Amino acid sequence: MGEKILMKGNEAVAEAAIRAGCRHYFAYPITPQNELVEYMAKRMPKVNGTFLQAESELAAINMVLGAAACGVRAMTSSSSPGISLKQEGISYIAACRLPAVIVNVTRGGPGLGNIAPMMCDYFQATRGGGHGDYYTPVLCPSTVQEFADHAPLAFEIAERYLTPVLILADGLLGQMMEPVEFPEKTPVPKDQSDWCVGPWEGKRTSHHVINSLFIVPEDLEEKTRILFEVYEEIKKNEIRYETYNMESNPSLVVAAAGTAARVTKSAIDELKAEGIEVGLVRPITLWPFPSEAVAKAASGAKKMLVIELNMGQMVEDIRLAVSGACPVEFAGKAGGVVFTPEDIAALIKEKM
Amino acid sequence: MKVVAKRPEALTDVRLTYCPGCLHGVAHRIIAESVDELGIKERTIGIAPVGCAVFAYRFFACDMVQVPHGRAPAVATGMRRARPGAIVFTYQGDGDLAAIGTAETVHSANRNENISVFFINNAVYGMTGGQMAPTTLPGMRATTSPYGRDVSDTGFPMRVCEMLATLEMPNYIERVSLLSPKEIVKAKKAVKKALKYTMEGRGFSFVEMISTCPTNWGLDPVSSREWARENMLPVFPPGLFKDRSAGAKPGAEKE
Ligand SMILES: Cc1ncc(C[n+]2csc(CCOP(=O)(O)OP(=O)(O)O)c2C)c(N)n1
Ligand code: SF4
Repeated sequence: MGEKILMKGNEAVAEAAIRAGCRHYFAYPITPQNELVEYMAKRMPKVNGTFLQAESELAAINMVLGAAACGVRAMTSSSSPGISLKQEGISYIAACRLPAVIVNVTRGGPGLGNIAPMMCDYFQATRGGGHGDYYTPVLCPSTVQEFADHAPLAFEIAERYLTPVLILADGLLGQMMEPVEFPEKTPVPKDQSDWCVGPWEGKRTSHHVINSLFIVPEDLEEKTRILFEVYEEIKKNEIRYETYNMESNPSLVVAAAGTAARVTKSAIDELKAEGIEVGLVRPITLWPFPSEAVAKAASGAKKMLVIELNMGQMVEDIRLAVSGACPVEFAGKAGGVVFTPEDIAALIKEKM
Repeated sequence: MKVVAKRPEALTDVRLTYCPGCLHGVAHRIIAESVDELGIKERTIGIAPVGCAVFAYRFFACDMVQVPHGRAPAVATGMRRARPGAIVFTYQGDGDLAAIGTAETVHSANRNENISVFFINNAVYGMTGGQMAPTTLPGMRATTSPYGRDVSDTGFPMRVCEMLATLEMPNYIERVSLLSPKEIVKAKKAVKKALKYTMEGRGFSFVEMISTCPTNWGLDPVSSREWARENMLPVFPPGLFKDRSAGAKPGAEKE
């Protein structure tokens, strides 16, 4: 581990991606993730990498598709409306089994919404997002350090399973400054030469084709079956979550992710000082969802409270996981209004 | 025994699935022959569009990638930056290149990306059954202009070469036609020049080929070529629009 550097989340994830060996980054500006784009513009030329400001998010994601097809570490980033535009490309990248990393520093929506830190793209992120039968692994950091740590992890998962990986951070995390420590080692690049395209001059016996068109239904069925076998592997190996104060056997457990979870932790500490024990389960991978961990957390509780910076999206996955074992209640805020620890402490007391 | 004619090495053995008399096959052949003659098959990446040529990934024997509708130049941009040694070409119809993908076409040209773009203009959306394209002629019937294209309502056919030629950066822009053997010989020269420029790192090469769609025009192969000559060539005159590095030594033009 190196020294601690004070950085914005947007810059930290950019630096971490470069340290993870990413040398191809394509994006279109949008607030609240412009620092990420600008950081890449500054740093990439210094490390012999490619930074290119694309003409649109559509172009940016397809540049990523092209670079990823050549077997290099490629990344793009955007915020909610821009991510909507990228969805067709993400669907193709998933179908073609290409590794790529996409960062969504979300903002308020729907429509142009605002640039406040709302977490309202949960459904889009966890249900594939674009057209077709597919998923993308989704990492949801709650600190600047974790945001940075997720960059190498995202590339590792992307290359291990040949899939696009999404990092879903809200605007608060993008803008907030915190000390970050960058790991020294970068993920070892996987040999992609058995499928990627690019000059081969005698090194293989035949040309490679990357394609997502399968006119014969049985062929597409088979491709989809293989894709879903990969998803089963991802579910087996990559589920990540954190629990907090669960050893106190709390009767009320909060489920929250990202910034909502971080604020909840402060509330839990405040309540603990008052002698009130509350637990937290924080999904880190939003897909695959840590359903078993949530079910386990719910099993000893009288009630589960889901706190989100939206009108209730993750609560659906929580209800599925809890499966009636205890009542699940929801509290959310829209428009980019953020809970304070005091708000959450009051809310918890009211629900107990 | 001496072989006088054979299938180009840069084409696979798969039978082309284009309609009888369709000139997509001719365009494939002259690209493949050029790839063979330049000896670049194992360095070339072709990009198949969405359109009738979506199946190009089956027909070319170089590395091939099939991409979203209109986005081929963006994909090519990513590739050529990831693998500067690769010869990247796109193959696109008029709907793909001049409607849904206009922005990618214009901006890749403006960045002078070192790629070859092959543009097949058949004045119609072939694959989806003959809808109006940005290049559909005034008064021409298509399934979505059943009374003939009314330019006061849907605009005049877009002349992409002329538009791109107004940009400062693109290296090479030419329009050719595929309507007769003589014109095909000329078209092949343009295709080969484009690929050669890409090999030499000269920047953006753009070759528009005036083609036909006998199926959706409701004409037989021969009369479709006559129709194209009479109606398309006056609106889309063949010619050289830009050749910035003509005569210059490879690498002499450094931006
Ligand atoms: C995003 C998207 N929109 C629309 C389509 C449907 N579509 C497929 S091919 C095509 C038009 C192709 O026409 P053109 O590019 O002129 O090529 P041609 O078939 O004539 O060779 C359209 C609209 C699609 N596949 N994807
Ligand atoms: S529909 Fe038209 S463009 Fe497509 S293969 Fe048939 S003739 Fe050619």
